[in-house]
Amino acid sequence: MASRRPIRWHIVVFLAPAVLVYTAIMIFPLFNTLRLALFTEVDNVRHFVGLENFRTLFGDPRWSESFWNALGNNFWFFFIHMLVQNPIGILLAAILSHPRLRFAALYRSAIFIPTILSFVIVGFAWKLILSPIWGIAPGMLDAVGLKFLYAPWLGKEEYALTTLSLVSVWQFVGIPMMLIYAALLTIPEEILEAAEVEGITGMSAFWKIKLPLILPSIGIISILTFVGNFNAFDLIYAAQGALAGPDFSTDILGTFLYRTFFGFQLQLGDPHMGSAIATAMFAIILVGVCIYLFGIQTRMRRYQF
Amino acid sequence: MLKARRNPVNVAAMHAVLIVYTLIALFPVFVILINSFKTRKAIFREPLSLPGADSFSLIGYETVLRQGDFFGYFQNSMIVTVASLFFILLFGAMAAFALAEYRFKGNTLMGLYLALGIMIPIRIGTVAILELMVSTGLVNTLMALILVYTAQGLPLAVFILSEFMRGVSDDLKNAGRIDGLSEYVIFFRLVLPLVRPAMATVAVFNMIPIWNDLWFPLILAPAEETKTLTLGSQVFIGQFVTDWNAVLSALSMAILPVLILYVIFSRQLIRGITSGAVK
Repeated sequence: MASRRPIRWHIVVFLAPAVLVYTAIMIFPLFNTLRLALFTEVDNVRHFVGLENFRTLFGDPRWSESFWNALGNNFWFFFIHMLVQNPIGILLAAILSHPRLRFAALYRSAIFIPTILSFVIVGFAWKLILSPIWGIAPGMLDAVGLKFLYAPWLGKEEYALTTLSLVSVWQFVGIPMMLIYAALLTIPEEILEAAEVEGITGMSAFWKIKLPLILPSIGIISILTFVGNFNAFDLIYAAQGALAGPDFSTDILGTFLYRTFFGFQLQLGDPHMGSAIATAMFAIILVGVCIYLFGIQTRMRRYQF
Repeated sequence: MLKARRNPVNVAAMHAVLIVYTLIALFPVFVILINSFKTRKAIFREPLSLPGADSFSLIGYETVLRQGDFFGYFQNSMIVTVASLFFILLFGAMAAFALAEYRFKGNTLMGLYLALGIMIPIRIGTVAILELMVSTGLVNTLMALILVYTAQGLPLAVFILSEFMRGVSDDLKNAGRIDGLSEYVIFFRLVLPLVRPAMATVAVFNMIPIWNDLWFPLILAPAEETKTLTLGSQVFIGQFVTDWNAVLSALSMAILPVLILYVIFSRQLIRGITSGAVK
């Protein structure tokens, strides 16, 4: 454009509030946290130490043990979600999307209820139900003759993390269900009818026709689950406290970050080590998002109807 | 329609699966609610039965109302949620309008910049956010929470709203311009009313995570007078672990407002999700 146009102030006015708040509260602190990871504090004076904090985090056995423990637990947490939450969500959505299924709206609303509850409610409610003191879980297992299966799941190191992952699955199954349900509704009826004429119905229609068509949505759900799981904190904190007991067996990156930077009980808060952990979390999430965006999403075939 | 899809055995099996899962989803909520109205003895003796004439008791609720400032917590949660939603919608819609309506240098870049926050959780920056709030004296104020939730909600709001605003007819806006309306009047009077359904979707999406958040209230506003309902019930229950009546009543009191809101907004929420607003 040859002639210079005057500045259109209304564009600035429309953009300014959102850009200012977003930059000041989200982007700037994000980069500032990455920067703080390169500093340490001695006698209330901040020193630049380069990558020293990361050397401590990965090299010092006291730190690295906690970090790898939290990271490993976090991967297990994610793995259970992918393996249990998303298949159940897809199954429920596939059933709900059946044409002329009665009470579909009722089921849908009821199954979504756990998702709207806060982690505090969910954490404590399950803690009470699984508690050996109250005895609802052992009592119910007894009623079907399986009492020998009962153990205080949240109190045992080997079961606690899996139990909490399943509680989280219980809470969030509504989200994949809704998103897959929405995707299934967009499949045109003609395609399904054409398949029926060819004799493809029921289960094989699901595997051969619907599933390939909803793969992009499954991809989105996977990345949402990944990001959600790797900054999870609330449920573990509500159910097991900041120490993520028993003996740190339910510690994930979110609780580890909280304890480190905010301090807990006798441990003093260390914002710089906290920033280092936050930076590691940022890197993990970034890698996951990039794998999704460049590795999965671009290769997925999308169908236009 | 061919009959294969209406096989009665299949239909029964489908209902069976859905009923079983609905029971799994509702059972814990149901158990908490019924036991909050029972005496301590009845809670332990018959945890699965409904409160009867001799087992009915409101002792838990009395403890909760006496010991915890639940109305104060509720009020704080309400202020934070409503104010954050207001700013997310106002600022988000304004930015979305600028991106959708005008061509200017850096439009795409600005859109990408604002979209970054959809995938990157704001919690990663918590250390620096706390430092920022300390240095501006906003720690232990509701304002700190409102600012954080506004920043957190804006990226998705801008993304969804600008998609909708591209669909608003140009003729309408140009007719307004010919009549001499300013760009601000066009935005507030003509465009905003037309994207109301999308605004409702954005509001419902943001409402639940803001109301339920534990992380930021715990870190930025843990003082007694700024506790939100989520943090307040967490602390209260932590102190009263052995008083089962109080714990169950506190849980029920935390469940009820959300449940009522859900009953009111569930159609909006489900329509929002299924309309593909988050593709």
